[in-house]
Amino acid sequence: MEKIIQFSSKTVVLAVNDIDTDQIIPARYLTVTTKDGLGEGLFADWRFDESGEKVEEFPLNQEKSSGCSILVAGSNFGCGSSREHAPWALVDYGFKAILSTSFADIFKNNALKNGLLPLSISKEFHRMLIENEGTEITISLEKMTIESSNGMTETFDLEPFSRYCLMNGVDQLGFIMKHEDQINAFENKG
Amino acid sequence: MVLQETEETPAILYIDLHLIHEVTTPQAFQSLRDQGFSVRDPNKVLATMDHSTPTLPVKSLRDLDIVAEKGPADQIRDMIRNCEEFGIELHGFDSDKRGIVHVIGPELGATQPGKTIVCGDSHTSTHGAFGALAFGIGTTEVGHVLASQCLLQRKPRTLAVNMNGALKSGVSAKDIILRIIQKLGVDGGVGHVIEYRGSTASILSLEERMTICNMSIEAGARAGMFAPDDKTFNYLIDKPMSPKGLAWDQAVEKWSTLVSDDNCEFDKEIDIDVDHLSPMITYGTNPGMAIQIDDIVPESNSDLGYKKSLNYMQIEAGRPLLGKEIDVVFIGSCTNSRISDLEDAAEILQGQKVANGIRALIVPGSQAVKKEAESLGLDKIFESAGAEWRESGCSMCLGMNGDTVGNGQLAVSTSNRNFEGRQGKGARTILASPKTAAASAIAGSVEDPRKYS
Repeated sequence: MEKIIQFSSKTVVLAVNDIDTDQIIPARYLTVTTKDGLGEGLFADWRFDESGEKVEEFPLNQEKSSGCSILVAGSNFGCGSSREHAPWALVDYGFKAILSTSFADIFKNNALKNGLLPLSISKEFHRMLIENEGTEITISLEKMTIESSNGMTETFDLEPFSRYCLMNGVDQLGFIMKHEDQINAFENKG
Repeated sequence: MVLQETEETPAILYIDLHLIHEVTTPQAFQSLRDQGFSVRDPNKVLATMDHSTPTLPVKSLRDLDIVAEKGPADQIRDMIRNCEEFGIELHGFDSDKRGIVHVIGPELGATQPGKTIVCGDSHTSTHGAFGALAFGIGTTEVGHVLASQCLLQRKPRTLAVNMNGALKSGVSAKDIILRIIQKLGVDGGVGHVIEYRGSTASILSLEERMTICNMSIEAGARAGMFAPDDKTFNYLIDKPMSPKGLAWDQAVEKWSTLVSDDNCEFDKEIDIDVDHLSPMITYGTNPGMAIQIDDIVPESNSDLGYKKSLNYMQIEAGRPLLGKEIDVVFIGSCTNSRISDLEDAAEILQGQKVANGIRALIVPGSQAVKKEAESLGLDKIFESAGAEWRESGCSMCLGMNGDTVGNGQLAVSTSNRNFEGRQGKGARTILASPKTAAASAIAGSVEDPRKYS
């Protein structure tokens, strides 16, 4: 897995609370057996109209959001279904971080295992980002900060083990497998 | 617990039962192949097909190609191949044990008090009804559990839902959980495991407890649970995978200790008055947007997306939903497809007709539920009323198996999510109990089931 230390991007804003994983990727895109190309289904029913044309006013479809790798969204992002296809689709589309005031547990877990940062930020910083779409920001996993081009700096928390794995490009399964003796002992204890 | 958590690293939690289905496992099996891992203990994996599996009769893979689209059909073939390759018993088309993963776990007695249970499915919380710690995981974690039988976890916070009183006629467990989610909000349970307690808890049947635990995730909670009691043990005593003989006595003795201490403290608590509860329905696009069936839809609030939600639903604030014309009724899903749910629906549909122009689809949770329902003659009641009766599966709950609500159509559904397009592209969903769904099917509009009780 690729190491993540620091990156910068302009933001794209989806100012809606409780965006569920059915919106992030509708179930009809889930009848696949690989992770490839799921970005096509990202926000499919919000990005495209009934005839399959792009919905112009949808933030991701606007010229200015092209190349943005940081999405700012409303609270409780990623609620609902446990489908990991949601972070796969976000990553495949080009996102590296989602900033919100809160995340659903399973989505957060899934995102962290795919190099996608689900970062909880303060209400004040969130409001600033919602009001200023396209703000250039730099996220540093090393310093645990988000610096914006308008001079504001926000710090964030991240579960230490996930942070370690992301910064070192380490797969979490390796940690479990290193404890095989303990797993055997646990099983033998019955 | 294999390893306790520290500040730096999460705990390594041993998983006693891993439920798998066709939609959230293909990439996990592929990662095992890529990394050269085998499945550590195939006997702790319970495999079935439910999500993208059609509910029309399929006897063979040749039938599948006629009934299903290519994507789902390929996914089902992949599941069969993966289970064969990794030595996992699959309850496939030819198995009378097949069904929705959260229905067959308890039915087979695989779900037991005190077990840690996971599945690549958020409604795994259902199994908490037995006093198990059960929660949904992603596909990467499915791979972890297949390879190691373990999962990395941090300790969750605790939330007590104190339910007091008894259900009135026409009111169901579904109404309790919709009321709980309305009160907690769809993120009120984030980071928590819920314990459902209070005088109501001991009165509820295991099937009612499952309906409540099932939707814990809709309040954002990872898991929900009831303390095991005699009802739990009576449910499990004759199940195929339950311990037998002396082992049963020892198990019950151990399970009886799995209750919270009298003086324990929770991180958060709420109270629910069940005595004065009415049937509940949703009006918006998340399960927290719920009202009592005879209330009016609340005026807009400041929540980002509230207006978007009502626009999508084509529902007006300040007006009642009762009497609103509908197109589809769906009775099924891991929330409400067990025998008592079907009996609730049948009691109302007996001798009645589904209103003209309404499509009513009734889908049992498992092949075993189907068989039992047919032995009780429920299928005849449904069919004479004009409803469709199908093979088991997730069906219309998530619109990926051929069963969908049409674009723009309004459904009263006993499933668990009223998200935009959840039941099909452009579909609009009102969540309700099987009783409310059955009453609405007869009326052709949102109807109060108390009219029939």
